[in-house]
Amino acid sequence: MSHDPKTSFQGLILTLHDYWAKHGCVILQPYDMEVGAGTFHPATTLRALGPKPWKAAYVQPSRRPTDGRYGESPNRLQHYYQYQVLLKPSPPSLQDLYLGSLDAIGIDPKLHDIRFVEDDWESPTLGAWGLGWEVWCDGMEVSQFTYFQQVCGFPCQPASGELTYGLERIAMYVQGVDDVYDLNFNGGTGADRMSYGDVFKQSEREYSRWNFDVADTQILFRHFEDAEAECQCILAAEPVDPKKGQAIVMAHPAYDQCIKASHAFNLLDARGVISVTERQSYILRVRTLAKACGEAFLATEWGGGPAEK
Amino acid sequence: MPDLLFELFSEEIPARMQRKAAGDLRKLVTDALVDAGLTYEGAREYWTPRRLVLDLRGLTSASKDVREERKGPRTDAPVKAIEGFLRGAGLSSIDEAETREDPKKGSFYVATIVKPGRPAADILADILPSIIENFPWPKSMRWGATSSEAGSLKWVRPLQSILCTFGPETEEPEVVDFAVGGVAASNITQGHRFHAAGDIAVKRFADYAEKLERAHVVLDAERRKDMIRTDAQNLAFAKGLELVSDEGLLEEVANLVEWPVPLIGAFQQSYLDLPDEVIRLTIKENQKCFVLRKAEGLSNSFLLVANIEASDGGKEIIAGNEKVVNARLADADFFWGTDRQQIATEGFDPWIEKLDAVTFHAKLGSQGARVRRIESLAAKLAETVEAGAALAARAAKLAKADLNSQMVYEFPELQGFMGARYAQIAGENAAVAAAIEEHYSPLGPTDDVPTGPVSVAVALADKFDLLAGFWAIDQKPTGSKDPYALRRAALGIIRIVLENKLSLPLIPAVKAAYDQVHRDAFGQDVTAEIRDGGLADDLLGFFHDRLKVYLRDQGARHDLLDAVIDERADDLLAIAGRVKALGEFLDTEDGKNLLAGTRRAANILAAEEKKGTTIAVTVNADLFEVEAESQLQAAIAKAEKGVSDHVTEGRYDLAIPFIAALRAPVDRFFDDVLVNAEDEAVRANRLALLQSIGGVTAKVADFSCIA
Repeated sequence: MSHDPKTSFQGLILTLHDYWAKHGCVILQPYDMEVGAGTFHPATTLRALGPKPWKAAYVQPSRRPTDGRYGESPNRLQHYYQYQVLLKPSPPSLQDLYLGSLDAIGIDPKLHDIRFVEDDWESPTLGAWGLGWEVWCDGMEVSQFTYFQQVCGFPCQPASGELTYGLERIAMYVQGVDDVYDLNFNGGTGADRMSYGDVFKQSEREYSRWNFDVADTQILFRHFEDAEAECQCILAAEPVDPKKGQAIVMAHPAYDQCIKASHAFNLLDARGVISVTERQSYILRVRTLAKACGEAFLATEWGGGPAEK
Repeated sequence: MPDLLFELFSEEIPARMQRKAAGDLRKLVTDALVDAGLTYEGAREYWTPRRLVLDLRGLTSASKDVREERKGPRTDAPVKAIEGFLRGAGLSSIDEAETREDPKKGSFYVATIVKPGRPAADILADILPSIIENFPWPKSMRWGATSSEAGSLKWVRPLQSILCTFGPETEEPEVVDFAVGGVAASNITQGHRFHAAGDIAVKRFADYAEKLERAHVVLDAERRKDMIRTDAQNLAFAKGLELVSDEGLLEEVANLVEWPVPLIGAFQQSYLDLPDEVIRLTIKENQKCFVLRKAEGLSNSFLLVANIEASDGGKEIIAGNEKVVNARLADADFFWGTDRQQIATEGFDPWIEKLDAVTFHAKLGSQGARVRRIESLAAKLAETVEAGAALAARAAKLAKADLNSQMVYEFPELQGFMGARYAQIAGENAAVAAAIEEHYSPLGPTDDVPTGPVSVAVALADKFDLLAGFWAIDQKPTGSKDPYALRRAALGIIRIVLENKLSLPLIPAVKAAYDQVHRDAFGQDVTAEIRDGGLADDLLGFFHDRLKVYLRDQGARHDLLDAVIDERADDLLAIAGRVKALGEFLDTEDGKNLLAGTRRAANILAAEEKKGTTIAVTVNADLFEVEAESQLQAAIAKAEKGVSDHVTEGRYDLAIPFIAALRAPVDRFFDDVLVNAEDEAVRANRLALLQSIGGVTAKVADFSCIA
């Protein structure tokens, strides 16, 4: 099957993998939890903290329940893919590296109008912010380009560069189709052709119904409370393994619970059951968890704390 | 004399920040050079998305020597004192100092210290790094490996290179030797990101600008704007269309490109059925494109400005932009359809009910409660503004309903506007629809003010409720902090009242607003003590402050404002009328003389009061000795009546001539009458007469405040 991004969705992903692997990234797999954006992957959130150099690239399925359209909108999806690259510290030629990746997937900057338009990124729930741009290709936002300044409430020392590609949009662009469901997924032709619609249209319909009408908000509220409690409990535990006496800070397990709480909040917010005032307090609760997780991570070996034996 | 060329080249600077940053750069550099003792002939700044540039001409090549004399001790002073003087002045022996004689002090030492001038290049190398390090960006960031070091360089986006050449026109300029954050100054710049590859070495401004132009960079933002304007108009004209000019958008777009290439695209004809405002917003705000007009209205073409001369002439760029605009309009069309469907089947009620579930402010209850307050207040105000109470209440009830429409959820800027469209569809009264749209106005100091009576009633009610609410829970603006835009709300009321010439006493309106908001906020009626004993007065004072700022901006004299506004003045129109009438009067000969006369009277009275001189309680005509006295008394009595009659009507313009008539008798009084008569009773009587002048003028203004 083809690896050409112009003829297949998976070709686009494979080309980006290939490109970033050549530039020294570890190619990771999606994180096995529901998230709203690729930034939540611990390979970005946690690894952006601490002094150690780190380069990673991965695809992250991302869920935005309010964007569900029952499979009927040509460009809105409640589940879609982000391609995420994190480079720590940000290399001096990050813009050129990024443009090189566009070239690799067939976007020629002499033919297309590529623009860096101011867009400062902030995630109130993660206590994170950075400066950067939305990258426009012929008026369409194709990527988010951010120099992280703070994550989990802690300054990024050194600063990382984060690139997020909206894969479906880019694929529609390079394949020249107007409806996301018409994307060629596998590059096959004739009977072998699998479209994005073949892969996802049915599930989009199912999730739209569930998100809008069926998801039980009481259960979601409970999930939020449980995850919050569990996160706090993990972090409160003695940072030493009682069996071997070895020092182990459980930053990652605690952060998983923070992700869960954050996602439950997103779902509740999408259902419109959180009032404006309550909203602030939920955001603050998630941020408090994120901050505690960041603090824990900074005490671990990869966070720049003492090496574990 | 040598010229300086200074370029700070970085990754893309936000469009809105460039102009100010370039101006700041010029000011910071020229100020620092002047402080260091240099002069220059001219300086001009330039900017593009990737560079801030300073072209500074005719800089003096070195600062002058500075000689400074330092006085020392007497020649017969102890050795220790003399040694200290030598150390302080940097002399190696006392022979280098000069001896001077002073008739009183005797002979003493003087040292002349010479601070030698410095070459301009050295001064530049000194001052430029700290200007870069402390540059006033609204937001700045760290990047790269050095960002982990405390105190590492911050810039708006990563700073890539610094170009800094200095030298006379006739010679090869030198590179000023300095480095900041690991970036060393050089004579190298870069051209357009996609049209020119590689380093470009430059000497001075002329060849810099020329080489950049060849490298597809138009340095001057004004020229980029002109290019866009001209090309855009020509392109539009060729298609029989007209460009809807938009200076704000033009400024932004010109700062998103180094090489502007306008192109025309089109969206699906059928989307023209959407409200124009929706199309405009999508194209302008989201896509930074210009809308185009044809004779009968908006066209489905739009104008975009690319940053490259594409190898296919722009076909792909146009196709890409069309796709995005179509997708966005498709979304808008979907929301527009859903909303209209809901209005047709269920009307506004579901949206209004939903307002109860939205918190307006934790202490002030829901959006629904606020709407109910605005509703009853609008009905009360309706009478004053000659609107029907039922219409005003209906408009207020619907005013915020569109916040729950899909369209406003997606385009928050369209609040009010969409509500009005939906009201039209629902067959509401035209005045109600207009009021829904206009009740947020005026938003800025130059924004249009609503004029229809129903719109005015709802707009006023909305703002009175807002102000009374935040005053009730003590969240008034402080300093630069005004998170609920309460100053804007007060200014809005002021402009609505003045521009519509409404006689609307503020105190009753404010109290009515308090009564209801207090009930909602605290669950009980406000006590008269709280309401009248401070809150209303305090808010009135806030209105006075905003009114002063507003009228001063309109050119009114601040002393006249002080002269006219007293603590209880709550009729904005009357205050403005008084200030105007008084200002005009004081510009006349009569006004100037009368002011001089009242001042003279006040001075005499103040001086006599100080001395403890008796002033009669009333004026006694029997004690008059000169005709001017009785004439003045008669004039005052006449003025008193005329002024009182008109002031009660609020007609200060008509009251003023009565004050003006006092001028001649007051002048004659001072010419003919000696206030300080020998007879104590006569003197006390004359002082009383003087005092009564102030009594009349005070009805129009406090003349003692007038400068």
